[in-house]
Amino acid sequence: MLEVKDLHVTVEGKEILKGLSLTINAGEVHAIMGPNGAGKSTLSAVIAGKEGYEVTSGSITFEGKDVLEMEVEERALAGLLLGFQYPVEIPGVKNIYLLKAALNAKRAANGQPEIPAPEFLKLVKEKAAEMKLDASFLQRSVNEGFSGGEKKRNEILQMLVLQPRLAMLDEIDSGLDIDAMKVVADGVNSLRDKERGILLVTHYQRLLDYIVPDHVHVLVDGRIAKSGGAELALELESRGYDWVLEESAA
Amino acid sequence: MSDVTSDVQSFLDRLAERSAQRREAKGQEPTWIAARRQAGAARFEALGFPTRRDEAWKYTDVRAIARGDFALAEDAEFSQAAAAALTLPLDGYRLTFVDGLYSAALSQLDGLPDGVTVAPLSRALEENHEAVGGPLGRLTGVEFSPFSALNTAFMEEGVVVRLAPGTVVEKPIILQFLSRAGERAVMSHPRILVEAGGRSQATLIEHHVGEEAAANFTNLVEEVILDRGAILTHYKLQEAPLADLHVASIHVEQGRDSTYTSFNLNLGGGLVRTDLISDLNGQNATSNFYGLFYGQGRQHVDSHTVANHNAPHTFSNENYKGILDDRAHGVFNGRVVVKRDSQKIEGFQSNANLLLSDRAEIDAKPELEIYADDVKCSHGTTTGQLDPEAIYALRARGIDEQTARGLLTLAFAGEVLEEVALDAIAERVELAVAGKLPERFNLAGLVEAAVALGDE
Repeated sequence: MLEVKDLHVTVEGKEILKGLSLTINAGEVHAIMGPNGAGKSTLSAVIAGKEGYEVTSGSITFEGKDVLEMEVEERALAGLLLGFQYPVEIPGVKNIYLLKAALNAKRAANGQPEIPAPEFLKLVKEKAAEMKLDASFLQRSVNEGFSGGEKKRNEILQMLVLQPRLAMLDEIDSGLDIDAMKVVADGVNSLRDKERGILLVTHYQRLLDYIVPDHVHVLVDGRIAKSGGAELALELESRGYDWVLEESAA
Repeated sequence: MSDVTSDVQSFLDRLAERSAQRREAKGQEPTWIAARRQAGAARFEALGFPTRRDEAWKYTDVRAIARGDFALAEDAEFSQAAAAALTLPLDGYRLTFVDGLYSAALSQLDGLPDGVTVAPLSRALEENHEAVGGPLGRLTGVEFSPFSALNTAFMEEGVVVRLAPGTVVEKPIILQFLSRAGERAVMSHPRILVEAGGRSQATLIEHHVGEEAAANFTNLVEEVILDRGAILTHYKLQEAPLADLHVASIHVEQGRDSTYTSFNLNLGGGLVRTDLISDLNGQNATSNFYGLFYGQGRQHVDSHTVANHNAPHTFSNENYKGILDDRAHGVFNGRVVVKRDSQKIEGFQSNANLLLSDRAEIDAKPELEIYADDVKCSHGTTTGQLDPEAIYALRARGIDEQTARGLLTLAFAGEVLEEVALDAIAERVELAVAGKLPERFNLAGLVEAAVALGDE
């Protein structure tokens, strides 16, 4: 469903991704790991269309469409959603506004009418409960005054409501205590589906105890240096990243 | 200069006609009223209309008023159905004025609690003109501005609200001003007097609204006197037709422990100028000034506020937000004045403006004048565009850029609306702001969803 080929990306003139290739098929969960500064977050940000990243060569296609030609909102409507590492606080925009506007945008793109109010309220309350977020969070401004854990659960809440085709989660585990991590992991696991791809970007193996990936990739210096199964994450946990660096340099 | 003189003369001519007419119908007025009219007319004649050379009117051009040819309304006819569509859906005591004239048919004062007077000024004067004459004009004399002088010269209708000490009025008192579309533009000079006795409490809603094609001039003067411990919340909801011209001078005098909270919500009107001045004369008196203005097209909205800390331990708190689109022009001028020996006061002021178009304009001027040394004051004003990070975060969820901008604009207004205790007003303004955004924003449905969730 997602095909990244030989992707080169620079940020403020500095090359961050140096020929990254990755294929994700429907039903698969991929984890991208790697040391800080390797370009992990850059990959998902470029796919989601964040400004400030220049693609100098390579391609990204999603279900046959050229992602780099699509506007930010078109990518989201196509089903590419990014859960942010640092969710933005949007004072005054209620969570419920964001959810309803986003859901109706998706429905409109699929030729469906707007969701009836009672159905919408039932849906969002149910999903909020799954993320152990009180219904009052729906009336609060997006992420404003939320704790780190609440922000991350809120990102997953958006995924649960919007049901993306490919969910990309950037360091969704950072700053979470173990209980919050379990809630987030349960949320992500509930998204696992043979029709859906999931891309996890993480620095720590800990998250992968709860969301067991099908594929693990090690990103070093702008390229995927090594790929493997879930066991690779465990090896990284015990041996660190240096050996991969040495292996790829050799 | 000659045209300025003739502008003034046409108003004086109209005044002479009206006075002759009144004499014929009702005989001589009480001497004090006639004397004040004369003083008002003389002052207005001496001052003329303000020009942009006057510091207080530097950003507001009133030629549309000065050169207007305004008649005075002869009747207060307005169809019940048309009025109903404009009336706020709120349960309260209601006085309605049509082009400045009192409409008994559209008013409802049943069930006013004991100790509360709400009456049209004309009736209050007929019943006991001396009781009204004392306080009237004490806070806003003819010296305040050419407009207050003009109002004094023309004054004949308005509202008197009196709250006996300790009276709590549960339902809001609604003053509805309807502007009619007619063959000729008309002017009105309403006068509102509020005397709130010790520890009394009330909510006053002033609602300016009218027929879409109306193009009238309203020149309002309001005097509000809060005795010790009185609490008054004053909404000024400006939804007048887009060609209406509106000037309001509001003076508030606050005794010890009193609280005056103003919501100056400006959505309509072509030219709107409001002066809001509070005199904090007793310890622990508090003024809260909240304002929201949304200008589109060529709307011009000017808010001048002054908090006079005349006594120690007094508090003022101001938050004005402006949203300007198209070629709209906003003016915010907020002053906090701390007298010598007014120690331990707190005065906070904030003004933030959002420009939605390159041609929209804002002139913002916060001012502090402090003559005491132990005070806590702050002020600030910002003008900007929407946060690009927030726009991106919304687009990344599939929301198109226009809607994202609309949501953020609504959010900007939200900070003031959060302070509004009356849900019916907050929702109405929120829906109005959502509705003012371009069609594609389609936010009204979202607001309704949030309201529905809140109602559960």
